[in-house]
Amino acid sequence: MSRRRLLPLLPALTLLALLGPVAAGLWGTVLPAFGHLPAAGLTGPSLEPFRDLFGWAGLPRAVMLSVGTGVLATVISLSIVMLVTAGWSGTRPFCVLERLLSPLLAVPHAAAAFGLAFLIAPSGWLARLASPGLTGWDRPPDLLIVQDSWGLAMTAGLIVKEVPFLLLITLAALGQADAQRSVRVAQALGYGRVTGWLKTVFPRVYAQIRPPVYVVLAYAMSVVDVAVILGPNTPPSLSVQIVTLMSDPDLSMRLEAAAAALLQLALVVGALMVWRFGEVVVAALGRRWVASGGRGKADTAVAGLALAAGTVSALAVFLGLIVMAIWSFAGFWGFPDALPDTMTLANWARFGSGTLEALGETALIAVVVAMVALVLTIGCLEAEYRHNIRVSQRAVWLLYLPLLIPQTAFLPGLQTLMLNLGADIGRGPVMLAHLVFVLPYVFLSLADPFRAWDARMGVIAAALRASPDRILWRVRLPMLLRPILTALAVGLAVSVGQYLATLLIGGGRVATLTTEAVALASGADRRAIGVYGLMQTGAALVPFTLALLIPALVWRNRKGLRHG
Amino acid sequence: MDKGLSLRDVTIYKGKSPLIRVHHDVAPGEVLTIMGPSGVGKSTLLAFVTGTLAADFSATGAVWLDGQDITHAAAHQRRVGILFQDDLLFPHLSVGANLAFGLPPGGTRADRQARIDGALAEVGLDGFATRDPATLSGGQKARVALMRMLLSDPCALLLDEPFSRLDAALRAQVREMVFDRARSRALPVLMVTHDAEDAQAAGGAIITLGDDCGSRTTDASRSHQ
Amino acid sequence: MKHLAVLAALLAPLPALADVDPADWDAVTAQAEGQIVYWNAWGGSTTTNDFIAWVGSRVAEDYGVTLEHVKLTDTADAVTRVLSEKQAGQDDGGAIDMIWINGPNFAAMKEAELLFGPYAEQLPNWALVDFENKSVQTDFTVPVEGFESPWAMAQVVFVHDTARMPDRLGSMDALLDWAQANPGRFSYPQPPDFLGTTFLKQVLIDILPDPSVLAEPATDANYEAVTEPLWAYLDALTPHLWREGRAYPATGTAMFPLIADGELDLSISFSPGAASTAIANNELPDTMRTFVLDKGTIGNASFVAIPYNSSAKAGAMVVANFLMSAEAQARAQDPAILGYGTVLAMDKLVEDDRALFDALDLGIATLTPAELGTVQAEPHPSWMTRISDDWVARYGVAQ
Repeated sequence: MSRRRLLPLLPALTLLALLGPVAAGLWGTVLPAFGHLPAAGLTGPSLEPFRDLFGWAGLPRAVMLSVGTGVLATVISLSIVMLVTAGWSGTRPFCVLERLLSPLLAVPHAAAAFGLAFLIAPSGWLARLASPGLTGWDRPPDLLIVQDSWGLAMTAGLIVKEVPFLLLITLAALGQADAQRSVRVAQALGYGRVTGWLKTVFPRVYAQIRPPVYVVLAYAMSVVDVAVILGPNTPPSLSVQIVTLMSDPDLSMRLEAAAAALLQLALVVGALMVWRFGEVVVAALGRRWVASGGRGKADTAVAGLALAAGTVSALAVFLGLIVMAIWSFAGFWGFPDALPDTMTLANWARFGSGTLEALGETALIAVVVAMVALVLTIGCLEAEYRHNIRVSQRAVWLLYLPLLIPQTAFLPGLQTLMLNLGADIGRGPVMLAHLVFVLPYVFLSLADPFRAWDARMGVIAAALRASPDRILWRVRLPMLLRPILTALAVGLAVSVGQYLATLLIGGGRVATLTTEAVALASGADRRAIGVYGLMQTGAALVPFTLALLIPALVWRNRKGLRHG
Repeated sequence: MDKGLSLRDVTIYKGKSPLIRVHHDVAPGEVLTIMGPSGVGKSTLLAFVTGTLAADFSATGAVWLDGQDITHAAAHQRRVGILFQDDLLFPHLSVGANLAFGLPPGGTRADRQARIDGALAEVGLDGFATRDPATLSGGQKARVALMRMLLSDPCALLLDEPFSRLDAALRAQVREMVFDRARSRALPVLMVTHDAEDAQAAGGAIITLGDDCGSRTTDASRSHQ
Repeated sequence: MKHLAVLAALLAPLPALADVDPADWDAVTAQAEGQIVYWNAWGGSTTTNDFIAWVGSRVAEDYGVTLEHVKLTDTADAVTRVLSEKQAGQDDGGAIDMIWINGPNFAAMKEAELLFGPYAEQLPNWALVDFENKSVQTDFTVPVEGFESPWAMAQVVFVHDTARMPDRLGSMDALLDWAQANPGRFSYPQPPDFLGTTFLKQVLIDILPDPSVLAEPATDANYEAVTEPLWAYLDALTPHLWREGRAYPATGTAMFPLIADGELDLSISFSPGAASTAIANNELPDTMRTFVLDKGTIGNASFVAIPYNSSAKAGAMVVANFLMSAEAQARAQDPAILGYGTVLAMDKLVEDDRALFDALDLGIATLTPAELGTVQAEPHPSWMTRISDDWVARYGVAQ
């Protein structure tokens, strides 16, 4: 009986786990932003925090950086993905690129950013490989490549991670858009591949992927770890400045941090609105373009460029991981040597035990959080199925909400709140904070396959006198083993990659591979970063490998599930 | 009427507009065929009988089975078996495990195994118990699906375009096998199809549904009391 | 309402364990056994991390104290944490038991009464400390008064690669000339990084005809006039810095890879032995050497402090005391380990302990105590705060 009562509660519980911390965190941000921090003897309302914030000389550039890098990274990664899909979907190169990019989804942002830095810095691997032969450099050129004032390196770091994300989302949407037949019709009417796709398929696909695109925009505008590693410091982006202000011993800085967090929220909301307006403009222009009947003369060139960009983006991460691996084994490695003088295990011996400890913490948090997220997700989807609940588009947006609100806007407030509850110590609160970010991804990853499951299987099973629970456990879940494990792996990877939530809510006591790796950024010890970065990448990648291997092994004698 | 399946003033609505109205009794061993073009709501009627009506639809009226009102019973307690045009064998279970899934709990392992082997033998599939269902031919799958359904000991049988995926030669054979089994077990059968040949072969009453949501009963001898 | 709060505070149960008396060392060690000490210390240097891990293994062995290193990117994080705990009324069982601290952070915590103590001068190993000659009883002119205990001496040294820059420089003016002649080959960590602000203070002390004004708090009346030469100096220097001053290394250790790759020829360090240590770890080539300015360089001590709400004060004192032991001090001074200067007085040590120090090979890049020359005092923290803020406004935001 109790189980029957629990199931209808799960959606409410899920919503609470998803939105509770966000709402509480925002509340905890709004009060100090207006000068109200009674615990410190400060009572508002006052506009002083905003006055302080707007008095900061770095604000215009910090704001420009946040907006510029966020919008640029989103536009470029979306363009690459759309054009590659337009020009190549269904072809061999596309399959190759898809295989290259899929595992990159799991690579944590911090690891990808470190890898990119190791690759493109003036003393990076690319310069070493080309020097002194091609460049004539016997010492690194004094060029501002990483941490450049325009945030281009940071933008690149975001692009290489968002391209795989958007590509996989697009692939999922393509299935529902009946893309291939549309393109075939368009081609039969004399349209080029890219033009035909953009004119017929793009509007449908974009309608499907709009929420994840907004997530990319909101994330890119407020990212902290990538900005710490690749972004400029004179001044830093607004998000980094918020974290800096949060950690200032001067209390008034906390108020300013809260004000900055609200500004960050406003910027993201504003950017989303402008983006929405841009969609309308693009749609209007697109309709004129469609009506003009142009068949697309530059299609081949555009498709080639897009494929090249996609390949470069994938290669950048792979080469970054490789050079990180080399650094982790490097003895002395002077410039411009392409490889270290000696390879040694000393770095691993030195940092190995530290990484193992952090790995334990990382794994514990990730496994608990991903499992809870999975149980809640399955509970919600099953409740929706059993109680015949129709999920509206608005409910889907609720799921995306925690991903659209910048982390820097609500995590600081959440820290204050948890502190007031006396619940600030240890990994429990960190797990709750991780759940906010893990749940949506687990849900989004599992919802489609779960809903796409042939409901007639359930009708048959019920007709065979199987109870709803028996149908769930004996039929539905086993048949969905692969998507369930994939969703679990997605959850694990998202948890492994969490930086700000672990740092702020864990109060520094919860040391995961990601917080340890980013903490190393300021010391720039490339050997240590190599070791931690690789471990971090492994922690995120291994579950994905298992999610592929386990179903293949369990269902090795079940042809009907091998591709499902 | 004590035995058999009885649809009493059943009306299916999509939103507020009525789709189908049916009022009919199906005696044990008899077949009621509902015919009509696709989209007219035939399958929805079956969903109402199995208790799995989708959220878009609503219904009034009652379903009685063997003297009991099952209109509001849980799907798995209705004892209404159903076959679809696809075999819908559970892909993660072997042929034998699919049959065991249908078999009600109870009995020793040896008993259950014997009943499964017997069911396979009955349709000429001896020794198929350990096979992966995905490796079976269309006709073999249809036979396994039928036996799985019959093993669950249903009191009525619903058929949703059950033969439309089979090629012509197989079709008659499977059809005959299904109707034979239903007759020999005295099951009332409710079949929806758009295939006139299926309807003829069923040999019972035929309700033809049109676009005007009215219905025309070809053999009205037993309906509309 | 206020009265109610006071009443509630009075009625609240007292902490189960009263704070241990630092003077009763047996009681301290007894209570310390089994405690877990969360030491919040900057985690960006892997050599320091290794050293802290070693300290952890030693105190576990001798006292049954478990030491957990909470790796910070910025010491201010720990200060914030204690502050927010106090605001939340969490007066015991705090998250932090010990902080590697000094300068403005110490001044801020001491003033806000966020520190436990006095305890430092009651620790048994205080008797070995050279408090007569080393600045361990004031921290940036702020009296320590036993609220933090010293564990390392630091002094500014300049680190140069003799393969590319053979000669030392005698003054900050010479450094400016050299930088103008060798653009892009020098940088300093970005203020408010500790070492970065130290560089600014070092410039000011070296170019001011009379730096004694810096010992007193900065005032609105004298601040602009005193610092004016500093900004003129930096305006001249910045265009010739690495990346033309549009980016700065984050920390002192972040400059090591830049030197190793040949991006920088000259940098600064607050640890006279750090260069030798980095050579030993393959992080720097063995052509590195260090020098100090003719008039001397700034020196100070590194301290550890215990927050007032620590849940393991006894354990933290045991660790603090161990850090001042000859064993820990000799290990810290070993350039193969850390290369930090000791706080102990050699003449206060027993012979065996002194032998530990005598046996050390300070490394090719480390200056002897005599070569390190005059140790200049840190200016009052108010200078550092204002200079650091001004630097951020002038160079940290607008490039």
